[in-house]
Amino acid sequence: MLSIKDLHASVEGNEILKGINLEVKPGEVHAIMGPNGSGKSTLASVLAGRDDYEISQGSVQFDGIDLLELSPEERSREGLFLAFQYPVEIPGVSNTNFMKACINAKRKHHGQDPMKPHEFLKMIKEKAALVDLDPQFLHRSVNEGFSGGEKKRNEIFQMAMLEPKLGILDETDSGLDIDALKVVSNGVNALRNEKNAFVVITHYQRLLNYIVPDFVHVLYKGKIVKSGDKSLALELEEKGYDWIKEELTPAQ
Amino acid sequence: MSGRDNDKILDEVTSSEYKYGFTSNIEQEFAPVGLDESTIRFISAKKNEPEWMLNWRLEAFKKWQQMKEPEWSNVKYPKIDYQSISYYAAPKPKEKLGSLDEVDPELLDTFNKLGIPLEEQKILAGVAVDAVIDSVSVKTTYKEKLAEAGVIFCSISEAVQNHPDLIKKYLGMVVPTNDNFFAALNSAVFSDGSFVYIPKNTRCPMELSTYFRINAQNTGQFERTLIVADEGAYVSYLEGCTAPMRDENQLHAAVVELVALGDAEIKYSTVQNWYPGDKEGKGGIYNFVTKRGICKGPNSKISWTQVETGSAVTWKYPSVLLTGDNSIGEFYSVAVTNNHQQADTGTKMIHIGKNTKSRIVSKGISAGVSQNSYRGLVRVMNRAENAKNFSQCDSLLIGDKCGAHTFPYIEIDNKTANVEHEATTSKIGEDIMFYCQQRGLDPEEATAMIVNGFSREVLDKLPMEFAVEAKKLLAISLEGSVG
Ligand SMILES: Nc1ncnc2c1ncn2[C@@H]1O[C@H](COP(=O)(O)OP(=O)(O)O)[C@@H](O)[C@H]1O
Ligand SMILES: [Mg+2]
Repeated sequence: MLSIKDLHASVEGNEILKGINLEVKPGEVHAIMGPNGSGKSTLASVLAGRDDYEISQGSVQFDGIDLLELSPEERSREGLFLAFQYPVEIPGVSNTNFMKACINAKRKHHGQDPMKPHEFLKMIKEKAALVDLDPQFLHRSVNEGFSGGEKKRNEIFQMAMLEPKLGILDETDSGLDIDALKVVSNGVNALRNEKNAFVVITHYQRLLNYIVPDFVHVLYKGKIVKSGDKSLALELEEKGYDWIKEELTPAQ
Repeated sequence: MSGRDNDKILDEVTSSEYKYGFTSNIEQEFAPVGLDESTIRFISAKKNEPEWMLNWRLEAFKKWQQMKEPEWSNVKYPKIDYQSISYYAAPKPKEKLGSLDEVDPELLDTFNKLGIPLEEQKILAGVAVDAVIDSVSVKTTYKEKLAEAGVIFCSISEAVQNHPDLIKKYLGMVVPTNDNFFAALNSAVFSDGSFVYIPKNTRCPMELSTYFRINAQNTGQFERTLIVADEGAYVSYLEGCTAPMRDENQLHAAVVELVALGDAEIKYSTVQNWYPGDKEGKGGIYNFVTKRGICKGPNSKISWTQVETGSAVTWKYPSVLLTGDNSIGEFYSVAVTNNHQQADTGTKMIHIGKNTKSRIVSKGISAGVSQNSYRGLVRVMNRAENAKNFSQCDSLLIGDKCGAHTFPYIEIDNKTANVEHEATTSKIGEDIMFYCQQRGLDPEEATAMIVNGFSREVLDKLPMEFAVEAKKLLAISLEGSVG
């Protein structure tokens, strides 16, 4: 579904991603871990199409299409979703209206008619329940005045509404208490199926107790320096990142 | 989830489409091009006016001839040749119409296309409509039902015939004939518009609205609206306007007067969508309008809400004279300019009585190479003890070739006054744009969404039926502004 080959990206002349390789197949959950500043959010932004970054090398295939050729909105409509590390507030725009516009934009892209109001109503109720979102939130402006945890839940709610093929979660767990973490994880797990995939970015192992990954990758200084299964996350939790850094040093 | 939640969500997601650039093929009769006394006599005669009305017009014309076109606003346009315009255009009756209620099917069709069906059974429930095309009112709906409540809702031409006492008493009370250049011109040549009178202690049983349509070419539209709410009365009124796409500019110089007596309330909403001209700035309506209300009696209230998206040039300051003690004036405005549009709009709140309050919320959105100015005056006269004003002026810029300007004037002659003014200017940021795009909206859709959110406080003041249309209108007027 997602095939990243030797991806290099820089911002203002500084190379931040230095040759990323990653294969994600339908049904899989990949965790990307790594210390702060290693390039995790940059990778997410580049995949989502933010134009602050210059891609100097490499390719990204998404379900057979050249992802890097598409505009951010086309990537979204093709089924790529990014749950932001810092969700943005949209004053005066209700969550309902926002979701309606987004869903209909996607449907239009796929040659479908706008969703029927009753169908939409049914869906929005279901998905709000999935992440335990109070219906009052649906009338409130997108993320405006939401607590950190509410914003993150709203991201997962939006993901549930848009039913992406690939969901990228950028530190969705940060700032969540344990209850909120469970709610968010349950939401994600409920969405998992054999056709979609998730890339979960985090630097705590904690989240991975709830969203159990098939693969864990360590991103360090713009490269994936180690990959393994879920036990790698536990090892990182126990030993920190230093041993990886040390492991790397002699090789350089 | 509650039933109310369900309804709210459904409201938000139901919608329909909307376009108005067409021309109707209606046979029309015109006044000869040009303006002199005989033009005014022609118009007055067409309307079969009594002598006092003709004299009122002629006097206004004399004053106008001595006045100069104002140049102080922040708009630029080529000099208007007032002798090259026709001052009267009316759909020609096919045959003699049997009753006033019979409307040419072509006209019905025109209004149907505009989404304003004039057959009462099809009309928006609870909204009475006066439909004005070019210089005449073609139909007013629900007249009888309103009459039962004692409410008069008719064209101003009809009011001149049937309610001369009210017209003599109130016409020109708030906007005197010599108030300004365009008001004087309007007083001389005004063609049609609506008249509303709500009797004492009466709550108007439905929303009233007038729909103005320019159809004819080379004509000006000079409508005149007068709304009087007698003591303890309440009315909510909405005007909408559109015009076909034409290469040449057309002049629209309207006057609206509102009179609220003691304890009365008038809520006046406008959705202005005159043709704005094309991308290069060719064509479009010059919208030079004088709108003013007087809170004449104590505890009265006048509230202006406007959504201004159309016109090539807009010059317009809906104002309130707060004469009655404890009276309240409000102004809620969204003004969008795109391409080469220019708008200089705002309000005047004149505090005369004691404990008077005013509130101004202005949202200006500029895109393209347009110029958008807010110009507002808050004046507190010396006997206006404890006057209060709050003004909030927010500007949103789309792109970097447009301009937003704020000209707040504050004149205070009473030390007890409490006047607050806040202003912000912002741009649509990259973060919010990327967030919207990541969710599947293209930059244009995202902009429309953000702009609607930015304007929400004002849009929420519109009567429900029209808020949805107004939102769509904002989106349509910003088409092509990003990309
Ligand atoms: N838009 C940007 N402008 C300048 N530097 C940036 C930008 N985005 C990221 N960086 C830099 O790239 C590095 C990686 O950042 P980021 O991807 O946010 O790391 P992580 O998410 O792993 O903590 C950091 O050194 C950060 O300062
Ligand atoms: Mg990050």
